[in-house]
Amino acid sequence: MLSALRCVIYRDLLLAVRQRADVLTALAFFVIVVSLFPLGVGAEPNLLRTIAPGVIWVAALLAAMLSLTRMFSADHADGTLEQMLIAGAPLELIVVAKVIAHWLVSGLPLVLIAPVLALQFDLHQQLFGVLTLSLLLGTPVLSLIGAIGAALTLGLRGGGVLLSLLVLPLYVPVLIIGAGTVDMAGAGLSAQAHFMVLTAILLVAAVFVPWAVAVALRISVE
Amino acid sequence: MLEATDLRCVRGNRMLFSGLNFALRGGELLRVAGVNGSGKTSLLRILCGLLAPAEGEVRWRGENIRALGEEYCRELLYIGHANAVKDELTPMENLMVACTLAGMNNGKTEVGDALCRLGLAGYEDLPVKVLSQGQRRRVALARLALSAALPLWIVDEPFIALDADAVEEVQALIAEHVARGAAVVLTTHQEVEITAVLKQRIVLGLRAA
Repeated sequence: MLSALRCVIYRDLLLAVRQRADVLTALAFFVIVVSLFPLGVGAEPNLLRTIAPGVIWVAALLAAMLSLTRMFSADHADGTLEQMLIAGAPLELIVVAKVIAHWLVSGLPLVLIAPVLALQFDLHQQLFGVLTLSLLLGTPVLSLIGAIGAALTLGLRGGGVLLSLLVLPLYVPVLIIGAGTVDMAGAGLSAQAHFMVLTAILLVAAVFVPWAVAVALRISVE
Repeated sequence: MLEATDLRCVRGNRMLFSGLNFALRGGELLRVAGVNGSGKTSLLRILCGLLAPAEGEVRWRGENIRALGEEYCRELLYIGHANAVKDELTPMENLMVACTLAGMNNGKTEVGDALCRLGLAGYEDLPVKVLSQGQRRRVALARLALSAALPLWIVDEPFIALDADAVEEVQALIAEHVARGAAVVLTTHQEVEITAVLKQRIVLGLRAA
């Protein structure tokens, strides 16, 4: 069973490597959006420091959404998804593998590059760790919740717009708590409570999302 | 082994077929025929468990396939209308992934042999996107050669886009498999010359006549 998990992750990463342009789009979008803010807002250090966590988190959220439509659509179009539905391994496991692969390709690069972008906002260096950790806990949730939307809108015309409408309201709590983590730490308070809530959201999503996505996929493919 | 009772399929507002019954034993070949849009692919998808019938049930060794779930899927090879082949991967990678997903542990040599049998020797390490339509179909059908151990094959239009040699090879593969005692369901518009001991035939779309 774990071989199926490994196999799907490996396959998706291999596909990502062979279609580099698709993967880099989300990352480039993230970098560009975040970099435009200091230019547009002006060089006011205090203001930039204040808006940094929010801007980085909003950009991460939008970048994650960019790649969501591709999560299942290619597999759906070429028939691979049907084969996954009737694979010898549970569909939930395959969904977990696809979400992990999606996060490795479109979430992890954002987490890694965020501290570099935070330099442009003159964010205090002791907050870099908090920012990275909050994104590390938050971006997998974005991939997980997004997977539900991607599965539900599979094969629909104009699915992209519907996907945003479905997924964005569910992203809002993650955004508030994620950005709040850095704000709390910036104000000299303990961000522990925020981290715990973020971890709790991640755990709940990790347990329930694969099951929900599997059901949605079965309906979409019918 | 595979039994269908009183199957009824509705797509949109149109009823494709109803009251469909058959029983397929090991060593038998079932050919589903019918005009375009008569529900051949829908029937095959129902037999795979991808589509729920509006009425009736499909049983495998006496048990409903919905209840069997993955247990049934592990005994089944389904090759659909779509090739389920990734353009960016090579035939070798595609088949290795397909085998692992199906729960089989084929080595590279076996996959190489299967590709060779379908006339794709020398193409193992090229991305599928440079192959022709017929060659892509051959990559998908190479799974037949790798799935000798599975007791049920369901194949949708296997001969589309294939040349005469490949059609012969695929027919030979199916005949061998039926002779091994497995059950095979296939749809095709062409007359097939598969020397099976027992052949059944369902023609869809003749209700009105």
